[in-house]
Amino acid sequence: MHLYRAHVLVCAGTNCSLKGHRAVRDALTREIVGRGLGDEIKVVETGCFGLCEQGPTIVVYPEGVLYCRVKAEDVPDLVGIHLLKGRRVDRLMYREPTRPVAVQTVPELDYFRKQVRVVLDNCGVIDPDSLEEYIGHGGYTALARALEDGPARVLAEVKASGLRGRGGAGFPAGLKWEFGAKAPGPIKYVVCNADEGEPGTFKDRLILEGDPHRILEGMAICGFATGARQGYVYIRGEYGLSISRLEHSIRNARELGLLGENIFNSGFSFDVEVRFGAGAYVCGEETALFESLEGKRGEPRIKPPYPTEVGLFGRPTVINNVETLANIPAIVNRGAAWYRSIGTDTCPGTKVFTLTGDIVNEGLIEVPMGMTLREVIYDIGGGIPGGRRFKMAQTGGTSGGCLPESLLDVPMDYDKLAAAGSALGSGALLVMDDTHCIVDVARVFARFFLHESCGQCAPCREGTLQLHHILDRFTAGRGSREDLALLGRLAKTMAGASLCPLGQSVPLSIMTTLKHFEPEYLAHIDDRACPAGTCRPPAGGMKPAAAGNGRRGY
Amino acid sequence: MRSLEELERIRKRAQEAMKVREGEQPVKVVVAMGTCGIAAGAREVMTAILEELAGRSLTGVTVTQTGCIGLCEQEPMLTVEKPGRPAVTYGQITGERARRIIAQHVVNDVVVGEWVVSTRR
Repeated sequence: MHLYRAHVLVCAGTNCSLKGHRAVRDALTREIVGRGLGDEIKVVETGCFGLCEQGPTIVVYPEGVLYCRVKAEDVPDLVGIHLLKGRRVDRLMYREPTRPVAVQTVPELDYFRKQVRVVLDNCGVIDPDSLEEYIGHGGYTALARALEDGPARVLAEVKASGLRGRGGAGFPAGLKWEFGAKAPGPIKYVVCNADEGEPGTFKDRLILEGDPHRILEGMAICGFATGARQGYVYIRGEYGLSISRLEHSIRNARELGLLGENIFNSGFSFDVEVRFGAGAYVCGEETALFESLEGKRGEPRIKPPYPTEVGLFGRPTVINNVETLANIPAIVNRGAAWYRSIGTDTCPGTKVFTLTGDIVNEGLIEVPMGMTLREVIYDIGGGIPGGRRFKMAQTGGTSGGCLPESLLDVPMDYDKLAAAGSALGSGALLVMDDTHCIVDVARVFARFFLHESCGQCAPCREGTLQLHHILDRFTAGRGSREDLALLGRLAKTMAGASLCPLGQSVPLSIMTTLKHFEPEYLAHIDDRACPAGTCRPPAGGMKPAAAGNGRRGY
Repeated sequence: MRSLEELERIRKRAQEAMKVREGEQPVKVVVAMGTCGIAAGAREVMTAILEELAGRSLTGVTVTQTGCIGLCEQEPMLTVEKPGRPAVTYGQITGERARRIIAQHVVNDVVVGEWVVSTRR
């Protein structure tokens, strides 16, 4: 074994790579080797650390000092001052908006103090390409334990944990597994749904990039509990880094015998293959995903039968979201009672959120279920930048609902958000300040759904088109009160008559904007005015806004 | 992977190699790495310390560095800090002497009197 006196962790998640982490990593390696420190200091690439807004981020251990927005030019100082002389490079340290002094180390950050990391436990801590580091953090002990305990006990534990599907629907995972286990037949499948298409959601990508073995372990445990020998990860084709890390991890796990034949000499065999999606939003719907996996056009099937009866290739299939599977090793290792001690009664555990939009700390966080929207946005997210006013937050991605300021204290779990007229969904959290026009935002939602509707059923195919027409008329200053009534009827029809959750959930986002911001709609219709001043149609339509805010419409 | 013991072996090894990421440990060995220290051989001392700790699988020790403390004459220097004990600074250390300090002071808690420059509470 070789010991290093310091480890320099460089975030190599997609967001930090986009900000140039490679140049920083290369400069670090060059500088460390150049100064003859190669035997003393180790540079480790890790998965996402969460503070994407501040990237590229670096953490230096043992001190745990966090450096932000590091550029290659900063590297000589980092090495010369910190790693050689033991002093901290003040100008690169993170400053929290609420505190004037530079924050020294990771545990001191408000951003991390309020988080509970179960799923993201290893993200930003281990090298995702190193199976050894995953094992060093307790990896694959849950699989070993499961194989000792037997399928019935694993199933009972997952059921008792109260874990609910993190893909958006919140269906109890243990129950789904039980249906899968009870389904008759010699061949069954486990599918990991990594077709993360919800706009603003990137948690699955960062979990897969930062800790790929956790998903493989979760899938193997699921296979053992339900009687499947083969797993598939259906992942977005655009997620290049997730795909390469996942494939690398599968190879490593096979080499060590953690996937493949007769794992841990138990007689249990399980293997995983990766399949790519081609960018259709609807393929995140489980049955459309199966169609695509089978090589057909991605269109949803009519349910029932449910996937646990007739799934992939007509066989019983348990399909879980990435985050759901990522919870499994922790539940098996630490038990259902521990899991239930986190979160709320009906929604135990944590939830990973991606913070985007007008929020200071854009990035990836994990908090106990039931934390209020206000705490997430202000205490962890750092509030609204530029001293502007909060206008609305959309939870659950584009198919989720929009919440105004009066609902900021709603606890974030499946049931409470549903009661508030929104949805927890996939965990996207889009925050908008008061410079955005709500009608224009709704029009953009409608355009998205119009583009993504698969066209199989009429209510969704035609409904999304008509919705877009109506909202387009509003923002162009040509809308009427009749349009408003039509919008309501259309939404109701789509919710009731669409075949799959795509069409069924379209009304949620659009109708919540109408419910909470009706005066803004009426201003567009009755006064032909856009209060936010972003709708600027051709001459003859909308009146110019009294005071424009400089923001262009979408 | 055929057995739990095999997994456990890998886990222990990897865990030790990653211990540095758990933050600073109660026992610290600080090597003076100013220009004077490095010129006098602090680099060799640092390597010897890391090797000695690895050889003994001693992972509860943080090895860190500092700049010149103004006693260039005594370089290479190192300081051993243990909780509840005075910090002991040694001078004119070589790789071999550093190994003995790890064995005697860090492991067995006996200060190596002959090379002590100062002790500070």
